[in-house]
Amino acid sequence: MFYRESGDFKTSYSGDQQIFPIAFDRWVVIAFCAFAFVVVPFLINDYWEKSVLVPVLVWSLAALGLNILTGYCGQVSLGTGGFMAVGAYASYKLTTSFPEMNMFIVILLSGGVTALVGIVFGLPSLRIKGFYLAVATLASQFFLVWLFNKVPWFYNYSASGQISAPERFVFGIAISGPNSPPWATYLFCLTFVVVFALIAKNLTRGRLGRSWMAIRDMDIAAEIIGVPPLKTKLSAFAVSSFYIGISGALFFMVYLGAAEPTEAFGIEKSFLVLFMIIIGGLGSIFGSFIGAAFMILMPVLFKNIMVGGLGWPTDLVAHLIFMLIGGLIMFFLIVEPHGLAQLWRVTKEKLRLWPFPH
Amino acid sequence: MKHTKLAAAAVAMAMTLGANTASADLVFPSLDYRTGPYAPNGIPFADGYSDYFTLLNERDGGIGGVPARVLPCETGYNTEKGVECYESTKGEGALVYQPLSTGITYQLIPKATADGIPVHSMGYGRTSAANGKVFSHIFNYPGTYWDAASIIVKHIADQEGGDLKDKTIALVYHNSAYGKEPIRTLEELAKKHGYNLTLLAVDHPGQEQKSQWLQIRRERPDYVLMWGWGVMNQVAIQEAANIRYPMDHFIGVWWSASENDVLPAGDAANGYKAVAFHGVGSGFGVYDDLKKHVVDTGKAAGDGSNLGTVLYNRGMYAAMLASEAARTAQEIHGTADITPAMMRDGMEALNLTEARMAELGLANFGPEVSVDCANHGGPGLGAIQQWDAAAGTWSLITEFTGADRDVVDALIAEDSAAFAAENNITPRDCGA
Amino acid sequence: MSPEFLYTIEVILNGLMAGIMYSLVALGFVLIFKASGIFNYAQGVMALFAALTLVGFQSGQIPFSHLINVMFGTEYHHWGEGMNNFLAIVLTILVMIAFAWLVEKLVLKHLVNQAPIILFMATIGLAFFMEGFGDLMWGANIKTLDVGIPSGGSFWWEDVTRTWATEGSEYYGMYIDVLDVWATGIAVALVIVLMLFSQFTKTGRALRAVADDHQAALTVGISLRTIWVIVWSIAGIVALVAGIMWGSKSGVQFSLSLIALKALPVLILGGFTSIPGAIIGGLIIGVGEKLFEFWVGPLIGGATENWFAYVLALFFLMFRPQGLFGEKIIERV
Repeated sequence: MFYRESGDFKTSYSGDQQIFPIAFDRWVVIAFCAFAFVVVPFLINDYWEKSVLVPVLVWSLAALGLNILTGYCGQVSLGTGGFMAVGAYASYKLTTSFPEMNMFIVILLSGGVTALVGIVFGLPSLRIKGFYLAVATLASQFFLVWLFNKVPWFYNYSASGQISAPERFVFGIAISGPNSPPWATYLFCLTFVVVFALIAKNLTRGRLGRSWMAIRDMDIAAEIIGVPPLKTKLSAFAVSSFYIGISGALFFMVYLGAAEPTEAFGIEKSFLVLFMIIIGGLGSIFGSFIGAAFMILMPVLFKNIMVGGLGWPTDLVAHLIFMLIGGLIMFFLIVEPHGLAQLWRVTKEKLRLWPFPH
Repeated sequence: MKHTKLAAAAVAMAMTLGANTASADLVFPSLDYRTGPYAPNGIPFADGYSDYFTLLNERDGGIGGVPARVLPCETGYNTEKGVECYESTKGEGALVYQPLSTGITYQLIPKATADGIPVHSMGYGRTSAANGKVFSHIFNYPGTYWDAASIIVKHIADQEGGDLKDKTIALVYHNSAYGKEPIRTLEELAKKHGYNLTLLAVDHPGQEQKSQWLQIRRERPDYVLMWGWGVMNQVAIQEAANIRYPMDHFIGVWWSASENDVLPAGDAANGYKAVAFHGVGSGFGVYDDLKKHVVDTGKAAGDGSNLGTVLYNRGMYAAMLASEAARTAQEIHGTADITPAMMRDGMEALNLTEARMAELGLANFGPEVSVDCANHGGPGLGAIQQWDAAAGTWSLITEFTGADRDVVDALIAEDSAAFAAENNITPRDCGA
Repeated sequence: MSPEFLYTIEVILNGLMAGIMYSLVALGFVLIFKASGIFNYAQGVMALFAALTLVGFQSGQIPFSHLINVMFGTEYHHWGEGMNNFLAIVLTILVMIAFAWLVEKLVLKHLVNQAPIILFMATIGLAFFMEGFGDLMWGANIKTLDVGIPSGGSFWWEDVTRTWATEGSEYYGMYIDVLDVWATGIAVALVIVLMLFSQFTKTGRALRAVADDHQAALTVGISLRTIWVIVWSIAGIVALVAGIMWGSKSGVQFSLSLIALKALPVLILGGFTSIPGAIIGGLIIGVGEKLFEFWVGPLIGGATENWFAYVLALFFLMFRPQGLFGEKIIERV
């Protein structure tokens, strides 16, 4: 009834081409952002910050990055964990070498470094395709982690190879280290996520995004109509790695605060992000967010219900969570193979016509 | 839309469940792992930890009259889950954390210090946390990895008649922060004693170690040391047996020394050694009580089959040290209902004498432990235990001996100073 | 021969053996991919599950005992002495066949004609599910697996090779693990049986027809769903073999499911669709990574095997993007 296009007339091209052409959508998104920026910081506590909000934000950013590469450009990658490690170590080296550097710049530069590394490891994609490429990107995953574990320069020659985030400030407020207030770290991450989600949305609507999708749908055909595969594939690798690098830097600096490469950036992280985008929806910005939320929050939710609510033994619950997550993944794929975002899209289609579907 | 809202409400409700109100119990969170690649190691430890507190509640009505409550939280040895566990349990008045993972310990060092909650990383975690001047809330008594490395080298020297010159020692290690811990110490000791050190890294999970053991077979080092965890231990011991490496020259750290590690190799594991900081077997008085009050009444955390195994003993020992520290805190502050800050004071003033251990039914279970403001690493004593495959038991073959304090203390001072500088910590004045 | 040369041969030999162990895992992947185009992420977990079930039957564990005990406050763990190896293996095979049937019935049936990545994701869901299910059924503690396959270094081979070394040089003889020799024998037998099966039986021919072209196979009256059940059953049996070989080495525990990671480079090198490719790929990866660790490893700090296997596979892919034995990718606009 409220969710409709009729009566919402556009009188300019820019009005017609805006991201959310339906007024209701626009207002919901604006209200949601306002809520996230203005209200949530007053309600947040340590538990919500460290177990719910910041992880979801950080993983959303990683999922966004991978979705650009896999969902929009069609290049399956399992090197996400390794690229996150690049971002994390870049931010660590930058901030310990130049303690005065503004944190925004540190994080952005880490993304830049990761983008360069991403281009190098993206080169095989020009020749290798599909699952073969996925497994080939595993080479970068294992090699990068090994490198960060082996070369002492990366971890400033500390005894065990662990890196710890030093305390850093933005506008005089700590955003890393143990004394950072929950609202500050949350807002710091939220800013990055909102800004880069907007950029991603616009990138995918523009010329670059369209050339990515052309390559995804059929690269030979795209090449014939004049989309250069080299430039397009590598730009997708670069942009995707940039996002993943930023998420890695935030993951280490803001969320965890300490990391060792083998455990924090292992192969299971690469798989985790891939699960997120497939469950959320390939080629969907919104899907990256719900995919990340699903994979991060479901275990926490089940755990709290079953251990906190029902008081079952923790090991039984852990096994059951695995079964439930697995079962849910299969269930959703059977119901809607194109991810949660597609479910959402179908719901919206129905809402447009509601309550008079005929 | 309606469903989304309902779901959101359910999420919100379920998540607030995680933060219940604190009660008058003494809360001991147990960040254990009964799933994942390290579950076989995590299960007996968690069982021991929780069974000992159950025993205290059943037999003595708690600690100083206040019942203890163990708050299990499954981490799966995963750092992020560990963080979630920490945040969800700290609001319940958690007195001390026992993370049982190097990664989670490193996470909690700054966080728990800022929150004023002590962490007891018993024989693992960051070794230089033994310096209480820098790490006010982190404890790793009764011993550290560097102590372990030094004690093993000392044992080797005893075997070799005191002379290690031109001997070769190989270290097979888990290629992670944990496995890399002893390297510095072993290098320093190599300078001092003149032996050659060969380093062999094994990547997680460590199922395939053929290259490493072929290299050992070729170079025939006089001794092989191991810093392993999980499946790596079983495979390493199996491979060592396969190449017929003399097992009594193969010495593991205390985390590579459980029944789980040697049993798959069968008789071939006979003679394998490891360093230990507490006693082995179930021949202690406390086991009669555990049987009577916990296992036979069906209150045990596991199925009771783990009693007396190395890791069960270690979990129980950790619980005993925690409860004794709580008791000390109760005495210092004159109140039975202690806070994490009081618990910290209790841990720092812990003085566990042989008489007290005998009283607890743990006579000769481990060395006396005393902790003070400057030394959070405790006595740093260790003994060597050896596996008897025919009998299926471990036994201690040496007395508890100390580490080479000159070497270890210098390294601790150096590493903790680096940490203090990096994090702008002014070392506390401990009055001495 | 100089000891140095003999060492190299020793490394190559052991690399070949290790490669065979990787191939055992890779075989299961290839079978399913060939017949249904599904990249089965759950293959490693299937190996773990099969091994767990085998040990459970052998030792007479009661399935779900932990859950039952918690729910009803009972104390059941075992139902007696267990059973002999043969019976346990047969029962485990039956369980794996039942599992294949269930997977087809509950999951795959509903996902016919979906994109490969969706099917891949479904097997990931399956892997999650089985990980929890296996642990719930048999417990997460480590179990010793012994089906009577000997292990340990071979004395005979050591004595034989010792005489090859140059006179007077200090050489101890060559090392070879008997378990690995057995694994090689079993792998060879397995491949021969699979070949014979697919060449000379009706079902085998149907399998090959499906692998060639789903549509054409359907039109000549081959039931795709029956074929899928058969293929998943065979993959389950291969997983059992892999689980037994790897489990005898390290005991049966969660980490067993991670052997899938060692099979991935073998797969890309050999090609997803070729059984001989899986074997040859395994041999190349095994020898390559062991030699690299032997020659270059000590110079750059060791533990190179994990990534070098992938780099090696990547190198081969540069020349043959479909893997060594994969079907040539033909693209039409």
